[in-house]
Amino acid sequence: MNFPIRPEAASNFATEHDQLFFTITALTIFFTVVVLTLVVIFAARYRAGSKYSRANASNHNTKLEITWSVIPLLLGLGIFVWGAKIFVEQHTPPKEAMELFVIGKQWMWHVQHPNGVRENNTIHLPLGRPVRVTMISQDVIHALYIPEFRVQYHVVPGRYTTFWFTPTKVGKFHLFCNMYCGTQHAEMGGYVYVQEPEDFEKWLENDGTKVAERTPSLAELGKALYDRTQCGNCHGQVDNVRAPSLIGLYGRQRQFTNGMSGVADDSYLRDSILNPNSRVVKGYREIMPQNYKFTEEQILQLAAYIKSLGAAASPNPVTPSVDAPMPTPNTPAPSGDPTSHNLPGR
Amino acid sequence: MSAVDIRTEEAPRHAPQPSYLQNGHTIKSWLLTGDHKRIAILYLISTGFFFFLGSIAAGAIRWQLTSPRGELMTLEVYNKMFSAHGVIMVFMFLVPTIPAVLGNFLVPIMIGARDLAFPRLNLASWYMYMVGGVLILVAMAMGGVDTGWTFYTPYSSIYSSSQVSLTLVGAFIVGFSSIFTGLNFIVTIHKMRAPGMTWDRLPLYIWSHYATSIIIILATPVVAITLLCVVLERAFRIGIFSPELGGDPVLFQHLFWFYSHPAVYIMVLPGMGIISELMSAFSRKPVFGYKFIAGSSLAIAAIGFLVWGHHMFVSSQSMYQGLVFSLLSFVVAVPSAIKVFNWTATMWKGSVRLQTPMIYALCFMGLFVVGGLTGLYLSTLATDVHLTATYFVVAHFHYVMVGGTILAYLGGLHFWWPKMTGRMYPDSWGKLSAIIIFVGFNLTFFPQFILGFLGMPRRYATYALAPQFQFYHILSTAGATVLGIGFLIPLFYLSWSLKHGPKAGKNPWGAKGLEWTVDSPPITTNFYETPIVDRPVYDYDPEEEERQFQIELDAEREMREKLAATRGGQD
Ligand code: HEC
Ligand code: HEM
Ligand SMILES: [Cu+2]
Ligand SMILES: [Cu+2]
Repeated sequence: MNFPIRPEAASNFATEHDQLFFTITALTIFFTVVVLTLVVIFAARYRAGSKYSRANASNHNTKLEITWSVIPLLLGLGIFVWGAKIFVEQHTPPKEAMELFVIGKQWMWHVQHPNGVRENNTIHLPLGRPVRVTMISQDVIHALYIPEFRVQYHVVPGRYTTFWFTPTKVGKFHLFCNMYCGTQHAEMGGYVYVQEPEDFEKWLENDGTKVAERTPSLAELGKALYDRTQCGNCHGQVDNVRAPSLIGLYGRQRQFTNGMSGVADDSYLRDSILNPNSRVVKGYREIMPQNYKFTEEQILQLAAYIKSLGAAASPNPVTPSVDAPMPTPNTPAPSGDPTSHNLPGR
Repeated sequence: MSAVDIRTEEAPRHAPQPSYLQNGHTIKSWLLTGDHKRIAILYLISTGFFFFLGSIAAGAIRWQLTSPRGELMTLEVYNKMFSAHGVIMVFMFLVPTIPAVLGNFLVPIMIGARDLAFPRLNLASWYMYMVGGVLILVAMAMGGVDTGWTFYTPYSSIYSSSQVSLTLVGAFIVGFSSIFTGLNFIVTIHKMRAPGMTWDRLPLYIWSHYATSIIIILATPVVAITLLCVVLERAFRIGIFSPELGGDPVLFQHLFWFYSHPAVYIMVLPGMGIISELMSAFSRKPVFGYKFIAGSSLAIAAIGFLVWGHHMFVSSQSMYQGLVFSLLSFVVAVPSAIKVFNWTATMWKGSVRLQTPMIYALCFMGLFVVGGLTGLYLSTLATDVHLTATYFVVAHFHYVMVGGTILAYLGGLHFWWPKMTGRMYPDSWGKLSAIIIFVGFNLTFFPQFILGFLGMPRRYATYALAPQFQFYHILSTAGATVLGIGFLIPLFYLSWSLKHGPKAGKNPWGAKGLEWTVDSPPITTNFYETPIVDRPVYDYDPEEEERQFQIELDAEREMREKLAATRGGQD
């Protein structure tokens, strides 16, 4: 088991933040140690029966009291100014910053790059370029939080909010929703991938993940089958009255009308397609067709497709390696195929 | 005869009267009492019950988090669990408990009055509390609420399909019980002080209740209306907070924190008052800097109203609002610092007795200092942008609310227990419980500071995206187990003491203050005669106390020797 004590510092704000953070920590330790040492010393030294003199114990000393009010105040003001300086900087994005648009909705992040490339629950970014993120929510308040960058900001319905940062490290970082937003709040997240600028450009040009000549992946075959059988008549972008959305289903906790619950793993997917009424998702009726006749291979394809719609939180999602951003078949590809995310909803 | 007994007649001089506990044994005599002490006992039992419920929810939360995918509950159940925990602990325990239990019992006695100014209002406050509490419990039985104790809109007003409205109505009603208590205290402290109990002779405990009551009266109506607005939006789709209906979702946060920041001081000021009493009584020395401590309570009450926006630095409020709220938060931290320094100086050249209540007070010092100082990380704009809504915040407010308020409450309960019940509890068990709580608490909540710094968001039922957090969660759960045991121990020995504890006498601790001049437990009217106060508050002289201590020590040694001698003779 590992126990890190400091998150990676991967943005321009991270180092500034940490300097301030550790300065406050030093002050905190200093004052805690001073006060508690005095408390312990006084408790021991002036314990009833000890030899020390109690003569001339004073009950107040205005000068002393003013001193110990003013010193913390001044130290506090110093910290305030330091924190404020960074905060103002955080509210002043540089003009040359590249744009990114994020839509938050229960319970996924929908990210759009200016050239039209889209991704869900992942954000790909180039190293060293300031990024200005413009955000809005479709429903409740969310918060976009990247701890390794030391930044977060609320994503509010009905108004745009923005923040900015410059990634300073290549790698994979956490993307969290940090404002409680309902049932699957804990699963509303993914990863931020910072790539070398060339790799990022390649990724963008390939429309995210589509690479020119290659045989269709399982997931793509699955999508074709899904469209042909018109699963999308019921399953849409979001949960609707007819059927739950399949986006982000894989790996998630499900609750059933019979009071049981379980995790949506491979066998659950197979079961749900072949035998929908064996476990009916809570809140829905038994309307999914019972008579699909799929081969095992087709089931695998459908499952791969459903998985490619984004997985629930998973400790070891397959990372698209930075130089080969092609999804391997049959695994949840965090970068996904952006076009295939647009389920024909109703 | 009216059901509520308002004592207006003069008690006959010195004819012994039954204690408040003996004065009527029927259930009715308790449920219709106007006696502030009996109402305090009613509150003691009911807030204790809610604390127990809240703790069970906490245990479930900690158990769930021992593994990244969640050990125990589905997402939905977990969300309801932390909401139940927060709602119960804040509205049903932390806000009411010290004022309604220890404040109710002590405010009149400490200022030399026979009761609070409005006994019927006092009883009504308990009924309001119970009605609100029952509604909240009914809401939980009907499926519970899943919004957290903060009820942020538009999730709470439009999207959540849980029992939000019923819970809010419950919290609304409980709010009135606070308002009644606050009103009662203010009037009582102004109008019912005994002759000679001038403002500068008021115990600091009374000062802190006075400041708290002002906050309660000014702030609670705001949150009451706000919660009602959420109910209106839910029920009638009146657009107040939801942008779909033309409302403003962030408005809710302003209104909510306009109450809830002052509310953190409603929770902690009475605890600070207790610590002032304990530090003085067990150092046998007047509180150092009485005026600064009393003044700092009022300063906190005043400035505390101007810092709510520090909960909203990343909420989309303007940058300039952020700057102002941050600055003021540093100012409001100063009065708390003053108190800590003054308490420490109180021990200097005192005659310190390390009995159970004092051990609790010392543990409070340890935890409150950390809690207060970590508030600075959150008042600092740049660090809050990283830490807000993470486990760092969770750790911070548990250090101040559990480490501060609850330890102070337990310290006060152990201090005044002999007065309330007439019985002593075993001191060594008391100390043991304090130390187990201290250790368990730190083990539970210190790792959460690190978790927060690492970026663990609060209110997560699972953290499969970041399994590296697990180590700290396991530590925290282990600590919570120790903490739970620590809280259970006093339950046992305090109950035991009710029947078997040695009789306490009027003043078992040798403390000053009017409450130690009356019977333990006090008679219904507290005093046989209206006391006349002719000396300053905290009238201790450590030198004299030391001499007294030596004499007692010698007497004790003599007794022991005599005893040994007679025993030796028998052998
Ligand atoms: C007539 C509407 C309808 C059609 C068409 C339909 N489904 Fe469903 N599906 C449902 C409903 C309703 C549920 C939820 C109740 C249940 O579990 O049976 C569901 C549940 C599921 C689940 C489990 C979802 C969860 O949230 O746990 C999967 C997987 C699934 N369907 C896959 C498919 C696939 C693949 C197709 C196309 C081959 C399809 N469905 C076609 C209505 C439909
Ligand atoms: C001593 C000075 C204190 C300062 C400067 C301070 C500062 C802060 C700040 C800035 C926050 C907001 C953090 C965030 O959401 O990002 C916060 C949260 C909180 N503080 Fe304090 N605090 C102090 C003392 C206290 C005390 C005494 C209490 C209660 C007894 C308290 C209880 C809370 C609570 C309950 C929250 C979190 C509320 C929530 O989001 O659920 N604080 N504090
Ligand atoms: Cu969320
Ligand atoms: Cu606050």
